[in-house]
Amino acid sequence: MSVATDVKTLVIDGINVSARADQTILEVARENNINIPTLCHLDGLSDVGACRLCLVEVKGSPKLNPSCVLKVEEGMEVTTSSDRLKHYRQTILELPFAERNHVCSVCVANGHCELQSLGQSQGLTHVRMPYRNPQLEVDASHERFVVDHNRCILCTRCVRVCGEVEGAHVWDVMGRGIDSIVITDLCDPWGESSCTRCGKCVQVCPTGALFDKSKVGSPHPKYPEFLTNLQVMREASREGL
Amino acid sequence: MSKIKVATVWLDGCSGCHMSFLDMDERLIELSSQIDLVFSPLVDFKIYPENVDLALVEGAISSVEDEHKIKMIRKRTKFLIAMGDCAVTANVPAMRNPFGPEPILERAYHENVSTGAQIPCVFVPALLEKVRPVHEFVPVDLFLPGCPPSADTFYTVLTDLLAGRTPDVASLTRFGA
Repeated sequence: MSVATDVKTLVIDGINVSARADQTILEVARENNINIPTLCHLDGLSDVGACRLCLVEVKGSPKLNPSCVLKVEEGMEVTTSSDRLKHYRQTILELPFAERNHVCSVCVANGHCELQSLGQSQGLTHVRMPYRNPQLEVDASHERFVVDHNRCILCTRCVRVCGEVEGAHVWDVMGRGIDSIVITDLCDPWGESSCTRCGKCVQVCPTGALFDKSKVGSPHPKYPEFLTNLQVMREASREGL
Repeated sequence: MSKIKVATVWLDGCSGCHMSFLDMDERLIELSSQIDLVFSPLVDFKIYPENVDLALVEGAISSVEDEHKIKMIRKRTKFLIAMGDCAVTANVPAMRNPFGPEPILERAYHENVSTGAQIPCVFVPALLEKVRPVHEFVPVDLFLPGCPPSADTFYTVLTDLLAGRTPDVASLTRFGA
């Protein structure tokens, strides 16, 4: 197969772009400075299409498609922003706010939360659905970290980073639908689990669901960009550089 | 031009939104040339008047009294603003919702006192089962999230509204701001 056959040309928001056949719409859009909002996606982790925030319209398809898992195709015409998409994206962000107990004003991640900042950037000023206010646990058994299920949006970044990057697979999801929660090992307390204490899950958590005990009462920015740096270094060491 | 009638209301909130409102400082004097404060915890009127042009409501709806007040306020008000996170999301007051009012009262008035333990039941309104944001009871015309919204946010929103413009709230403030 020649290199030329691996290149696809398509149109995103009226702009002609070219891409490798294995790329996703999200990757190609970002390469071309077209911003598609995302929440569960993180550079350096596999994509699961869980949050649906990155939905785009594809000409000829009545469905909306999550761009993080949508592979490019020759001649595709993609729209990344429209009134319809704005409506869906706002609703998608309202749902996690209504589903659990997000109290931004008293959250350790206030000012450093991706859910909060996406809400603002997508024009959310209130939540139209009734709040469910479920009773959820806070597990502070770990010596360094806490998981507060009230703030978890089930993006599964922690699950993926623990399995794919740390190689420990301590985190997983238990239950179904609205009863799903993230768990450590077989739903053991985090402090008694096989956790390696690397802290990657805390750094990739987009909200205040996973946090560092030492940061309580002080700003708690997360630094998920370590992932791409780590990938570069691992790649370099594999190549013996 | 006659001044527009403005009310501010304090339901289940900490009054922080009102403090932030006062933080407009000297800009309040400028605003006072255009508005008449006809009801507010900051002034001495006891009765919420009819025909209020604009009301800023701080706080969530937590008790039967809050519910009664917000319905009365809505009837007497043309333009109602949910001011701050408690009014917009129910915020901190709603942190009792997963437990219900009885365990909370028990904790506050029995478990944590050493003498004369008694749950207040005279002259205080009964708590609602769940604390809810204002818009779950009455229609809201503008949502102003923030804990509290900053003085600059108040000033921009009020001057926009007075000039007949629709403020771009999301560019000014957010939940927890």
